Amino acid sequence: MAREIHGMVEKRGAGLWLTHVLMILGVLVIFFPIWLAFVASTVTQPEIVRPPMPLWPGDQFFENYKAALFSGVNVPVATMLFNSLVMAIGIAVGKIIISLLSAFAIVYFRFPGRTFFFWMIFLTLMLPVEVRIVPTYEVVAGFGMLNSYSGLIFPLIASATATFLFRQFFLTIPDELAEAARVDGARPMRFFWDIVVPMSRTNVAALFVILFIYGWNQYLWPLLITTDPEMNTIVMGIKQMFPSGDDVADWPVIMATSILAMIPPVIVVVSMQKLFIRGLVDSEK
Amino acid sequence: MEKRVTFRGWLLPLCLIAPQVIISAVFFFYPAGQAIWQSLFIPDPFGLSMQYVGLGNFEYLLSDKFYRASFVTTGVFSILVTLVSMIPALFLAVMADRLIKGAGVYRTLLIWPYAVAPAVAGVLWLFMFNTRVGVVSWYLGNLGYDWNHVLNGNEAMGLVVVASAWGRISYNFLFFFAALQAVPRSVIEAAAIDGARFWRRFFTIVLPLLSPTTFFLLVVNVVYSFFETFGVIHTITSGGPQQSTTILVYKVFADGFVGQDLGSSSAQSVILLIVVGLLTVLQFKFVEKRVHY
Repeated sequence: MAREIHGMVEKRGAGLWLTHVLMILGVLVIFFPIWLAFVASTVTQPEIVRPPMPLWPGDQFFENYKAALFSGVNVPVATMLFNSLVMAIGIAVGKIIISLLSAFAIVYFRFPGRTFFFWMIFLTLMLPVEVRIVPTYEVVAGFGMLNSYSGLIFPLIASATATFLFRQFFLTIPDELAEAARVDGARPMRFFWDIVVPMSRTNVAALFVILFIYGWNQYLWPLLITTDPEMNTIVMGIKQMFPSGDDVADWPVIMATSILAMIPPVIVVVSMQKLFIRGLVDSEK
Repeated sequence: MEKRVTFRGWLLPLCLIAPQVIISAVFFFYPAGQAIWQSLFIPDPFGLSMQYVGLGNFEYLLSDKFYRASFVTTGVFSILVTLVSMIPALFLAVMADRLIKGAGVYRTLLIWPYAVAPAVAGVLWLFMFNTRVGVVSWYLGNLGYDWNHVLNGNEAMGLVVVASAWGRISYNFLFFFAALQAVPRSVIEAAAIDGARFWRRFFTIVLPLLSPTTFFLLVVNVVYSFFETFGVIHTITSGGPQQSTTILVYKVFADGFVGQDLGSSSAQSVILLIVVGLLTVLQFKFVEKRVHY
């Protein structure tokens, strides 16, 4: 019965095929830029600079990726990959830790200044790094944190979004659990570690995916504070690989670097797809 | 909503909230305060002293034709990015929703561009449309169209719009698809029994039911095109040609870091703060009306 009703609104036969064909066309169009970058990363420079370049991969895959990873243009791409990894994980883990702690304080305690701090955290939503770049740069420079991992991580680590997400979640934890912990004489931090943190596992994982991509894909901030190529992240480092003036860019190496720059976030998103979608939809609420 | 059961004590919670508050104060509120303070001054050419000018920086900015042009550019850019990212996403989501089997596979493939950083997306699109080696510009040339976004402002705008919208198609698709899956089958079936055909059902029943999601996405896409597209612009056009792709955020960077005009850059930051404030309020108004999955 259910199947027959489905048949009424979902397409069958020619209509079904047409839908598939349109979907495949859509996917192909959306994928074309990535495909072209991959092809460019497997051919030689002369094949690219004499257009049109081929649309099917060549045989220079290992040569180009080896050149990118271990020589690069200003600095080996392996170094930039490592910097990006430190930054992305630092931002994701840091945001999750400070948000878990502050949300726990806001939900499970009544203390002086609670409302004030709550609004203070809320207001950070309105201060993206893009609108306060010059003064934030001066603060970081004043601390001597230019060209350092702490300079890359700390200014981006305060997150109202993560705090609110955890606050919403903590409010759904049954009161009986806290009551029982109190009757048993458990200290608040014990309740936090034994009950709250384990219960938040799925939320933490979902948030990690979102925040890892947020950190990995940062561009403006690393561009400002990493003047030393050794500290460049891969996403901002690609632009630095283009020569100034009229020299011809080393396209195969640059496109290999672009592919390398998208592999980690794509792996995270695709492999943790369910968590990712859940985190995305939740964090925008 | 508040917890009925809470723990006693005030020192522990203050310690727990301290990391978040200290980081917010040092890296968010102090710099924002600095931006507001500096916007009232003009530094002398050697950076030794500051001269108080009151709202002079703002008056100058608002009478500056380049700044006013940047406002218009940002408006055009964000409207185009929002449309170019939402319409294909809605179309793909409607197609995927019609499928009983295989929708998951398409979803997995369509998520990819979301993970690609805006700056990397910029490099990919720049490569396709590069005036010397680009495949698309080469084929366009063969068709008799001379593509040159380095000289032509409209083509430059078109390119940064498409490169910015590309990754957002994934994002919007996920939200539209989730919303479509939540539309009650019984409503659609009732309309089908009454003889309403697919597109009629879509426009009279499905689209109105999607409106909370659509409004929400409108706001977040505008916010995205204002604040998160810096990487695309910087990699593809650097704001050119003749500032035709200089959006507000890019101008803060160009005047503050490249031009070293701190007073003007700070005043621009303050104006952006007001814009973010308005957009955040708007976002929260729509969040309340949104469908929750």
